[in-house]
Amino acid sequence: MKELSLNILDIAENSVKAKAPLTQILLDETETVLTISIVDNGCGMTEDVVKRVTDPFYTTRTTRKVGLGIPFFKMEAEMTGGSFSIESKSESEFPNDHGTMIKATFHKDHIDFIPLGDVISTITTLIQGHPDSDFLFRHVFPGGEASLDTRELRNELGGVSLAEYEVIKWIDEYLKEQYTSN
Amino acid sequence: MKSLAELQAIKDKMKDKVVLREGSAQKRVVVGMATCGIAAGARPVLNAFVEGVNKEGLSGEVAVTQTGCIGICQYEPVVEIFEPGKDKVTYVKMTAEKADRVIKEHLKGGKVVTEYTIAAFAK
Ligand SMILES: Nc1ncnc2c1ncn2[C@@H]1O[C@H](COP(=O)(O)OP(=O)(O)OP(=O)(O)O)[C@@H](O)[C@H]1O
Repeated sequence: MKELSLNILDIAENSVKAKAPLTQILLDETETVLTISIVDNGCGMTEDVVKRVTDPFYTTRTTRKVGLGIPFFKMEAEMTGGSFSIESKSESEFPNDHGTMIKATFHKDHIDFIPLGDVISTITTLIQGHPDSDFLFRHVFPGGEASLDTRELRNELGGVSLAEYEVIKWIDEYLKEQYTSN
Repeated sequence: MKSLAELQAIKDKMKDKVVLREGSAQKRVVVGMATCGIAAGARPVLNAFVEGVNKEGLSGEVAVTQTGCIGICQYEPVVEIFEPGKDKVTYVKMTAEKADRVIKEHLKGGKVVTEYTIAAFAK
């Protein structure tokens, strides 16, 4: 991937596919380290699936045999001398407390560090494509932070879809403003 | 500063539009957003459709949506267009620039941009 924000989009799409009512995208950034966590309360995976999910020859999808999203993300973190972890609880084993947490740490000053890129575009793309799912985004960076919670927006909007152009535009500007005002 | 209260205004504005929208036949633009699509550049293509459809005043008749893997990864980014009563059109190796042309010529003008379709690439 050209930008880590594209990996975030890809990983978060898995959360939506796992029917997660809420997907949290949490970025914690210092001058030298970027930690990306994607936490969902979707159907989760069994231990067996989690073990094999970082292996590029594992996928549950039927159209193509290779799932590459998670292995890519892991490799990109490890290339910078960073780390990767995945924890999951499947709905069948944990009916009241299931979901998945993927966490990757990147060393920003490493030559193989891929820039974060346009994370705002990743957030608006997720919301546009999945207006009935909720997303919590928080990016803490040196000197400030930006955040968005679709549950709060939903309250204001009543029945209006989050995918409406005006709403997506508003979210885009709302987030941009938080980055520039910090 | 932008505030959540501004969403109230959007909500009030949308109320009238929703009524207007219900009867109209929907064309559908579907962008593949699996790993293969995202890596190949599907995100800017999706954004170009969202922006362009609105700019051309087509939001009442065209819905822009996302899907997973369409199964032809070597042709990503892939965009499918569904219109009532017509065959599906599959555009491949899409870019934001190509999206602009598809919006103007196909969605607005009713003429398929043949050179971007899978049929033209698979030759
Ligand atoms: N958050 C999640 N919750 C539940 N299952 C997940 C989650 N993330 C991944 N999986 C499972 O792991 C599999 C592998 O995911 P991965 O992103 O590597 O590939 P994929 O989504 O199958 O295909 P693609 O490469 O097209 O994205 C998924 O198909 C899914 O079954």
